[in-house]
Amino acid sequence: MSVFSADHLDLLETEAIHVMREVAGGFERPALLFSGGKDSICLLRLAEKAFHPSRIPMPLLNVDTGHHFPELNEYRDRRAAQLQANLIIRKVEAAIAAGIAVPLAGEFSRNRLQIPTLLAAIEEFRFDCCIGGARRDEEKARAKERFFSFRDSFGQWDPKNQRPELWNLFNTRLNPGENMRVFPLSNWTELDIWEYIRRERLEVPSIYFSHKRNCVRRAGQWVPVTDLLPPKPGEEVRELVVRVRTIGDIISTGMFESPATSVDDIIAEVAAARVTERGSRADDKSSEAAMEDRKKAGYF
Amino acid sequence: MSPTTSAAIEILRFNTCGSVDDGKSTLIGRLLHDSKSLMEDQLEALNNSADLSGDGRFNLANLTDGLRAEREQGITIDVAYRYFSTPARRFIIADTPGHVQYTRNMVTGASTANLSIILVDARAGVIDQSRRHTAIAGLLRIPHLVVAVNKMDLVDWSRERFEEIRAQFLEFLPRANIKDVVFIPISALDGDNVVDASPRTPWYHGPTLLGHLETVHIASDLNLETFRFPIQWVNRPHYPVDPTLHDFRGYSGQIAGGVVRKGDRVMVLPGGIFTSVRAIHTFDGEIEEACCPKSVTLLLEDDVDAGRGSMIVGADRLPGGSTELRARLCWMHPRVLRAGARVLLKHTTSTVQAVVTAIESRLDVANLTEKPGATELSMNDIGTVSIRTASPVFFDGYATNRLTGSFILIDAATNATLGAGMLEPPTSVVAPEHTDFAI
Repeated sequence: MSVFSADHLDLLETEAIHVMREVAGGFERPALLFSGGKDSICLLRLAEKAFHPSRIPMPLLNVDTGHHFPELNEYRDRRAAQLQANLIIRKVEAAIAAGIAVPLAGEFSRNRLQIPTLLAAIEEFRFDCCIGGARRDEEKARAKERFFSFRDSFGQWDPKNQRPELWNLFNTRLNPGENMRVFPLSNWTELDIWEYIRRERLEVPSIYFSHKRNCVRRAGQWVPVTDLLPPKPGEEVRELVVRVRTIGDIISTGMFESPATSVDDIIAEVAAARVTERGSRADDKSSEAAMEDRKKAGYF
Repeated sequence: MSPTTSAAIEILRFNTCGSVDDGKSTLIGRLLHDSKSLMEDQLEALNNSADLSGDGRFNLANLTDGLRAEREQGITIDVAYRYFSTPARRFIIADTPGHVQYTRNMVTGASTANLSIILVDARAGVIDQSRRHTAIAGLLRIPHLVVAVNKMDLVDWSRERFEEIRAQFLEFLPRANIKDVVFIPISALDGDNVVDASPRTPWYHGPTLLGHLETVHIASDLNLETFRFPIQWVNRPHYPVDPTLHDFRGYSGQIAGGVVRKGDRVMVLPGGIFTSVRAIHTFDGEIEEACCPKSVTLLLEDDVDAGRGSMIVGADRLPGGSTELRARLCWMHPRVLRAGARVLLKHTTSTVQAVVTAIESRLDVANLTEKPGATELSMNDIGTVSIRTASPVFFDGYATNRLTGSFILIDAATNATLGAGMLEPPTSVVAPEHTDFAI
């Protein structure tokens, strides 16, 4: 490759590394949110690149809903150990037990309950900045998000009152108690993520590849049968060859039928896809403004 | 590079500007729709939110008006980013609103753009907003401009009307300082000349809008002339396992201009010390040379005093260095700016205290002329100001380098971003004699 020719992945990479280094240079106590999902896998590689040969100069933080796919947690723990990173895990169950997160009557999803759990972790460790893997192409409310997204001392996002971001000059200044969420992958698309995973030869959890799994049909999508989600009377359990495209809670992530067994297969599939990634997330379908509301309350 | 692509796929960043009813959201919806970038669930959502009392067509604007607050008020309140790709290129759209009061959003969206699309309603022709948007594109040195003359269906695809609007534009374009301008007659609603060439404009022989976006030459938009490297972070491994890393001291940053090669002679500012590049370190191994905008870690031959906010520059072409700056400033805060205001100035990776010593003039964007005698700048005003900083700023003129020629102003108490500045060229470059004053 000529020194003068940079392709789209090179450009996205240098932009993300620049953002990560602004975090390291501009904040006292940053953390990097790492779940083991495909976006945070790229985020972690970019952090390795940004700070090499130093170790990543911030802890990894994961909010464990208790409804995670076991494959994801296994991968998360192994990858953190490989990098000798300090992995901090805060569980929604513990937050519920401590009264920090309060489930509503009949609320089974842990999606909303992640928010108080995350805010409590930020307070506990006095994090002033959390790097996350959100991308603007995921969802309409994300499309208006900044690279450096200011949150007030209640963790809230105010879409009408965001700091303008010009050139590559980020205003990283905070007053005590305030917090910044930083999104180095803002300009990446789903296809970019997979192309980067291929270029960097990154390992991903096995559930992204096709495998046999028992599923039931609910609200127009295939939902995995687990102890948390036993089939209801009358539901037909079918063994299908499926994979996940985006990973949320095990109870709200749709599986889809796919023969993709390699990263190349996935790239071909994503390039030809006719449905967006979050089309398979029940949490985003609940209302048209679902993401906007959750972000205002302090969601990632 | 990815094994399946033969040529590097470039990213084109563009922004769209127009008045409220010029059909901007419809145009973006049309680009996404006709380039097959819309997914089934997006189309389904579009159908669900379509105005059923209409003529049955999709309301393409619903694709981009994302926040509930906007849908309720029927306006776009902030910069929204959209992504699509064709086999030729990746595209990032900064969708910026056209109301007068939202100039700050347009400046924000335009600051990283390679290209601006100015939408003009064929019936209304060139209006104040068109001049304002063109002026901002020119001030921000966006290299390429497209004037999309929209709603051509409502003027019966009149070639005369199209030529008239082109002539109106060409009248003030020289003042806006934009060299590459293309005019395209379109109908965003029906899709004429957006993705597919229209049979209704046999007199038009230029590219379609997408055709132009796919082919406009952008490789030379970056500054590859003068090496500039603002240091973001000092890279010193703590307790490394590898004993050879005990003495590793690297300077990490993103190249903001030019090319650096191993062995190059460089100056480290603010100290003004000459040294040379011992190695260019990356995660993927040492490399011989690197160019803007790559992120690297530089190792220098000599121990120098440098840290975040310092800048490593090519010794052959030195930047300006001064505590007295002159700049075009776009004011973005509800509190008006008056001479004497104390602020923080962030330039590259360095933040210094500053005072705005004078407001010299305000730009009348309707006719692109400077109005002297201004005493204040209100939100969305653009003016020429003088600024004095507590310590020297090392910079290039904005016209030479968008990254080392720009700054933002920050309120020290609230941390609000107050304004965006574009520096005039330095009157003199850093003199090596400064070495004598280095501590």
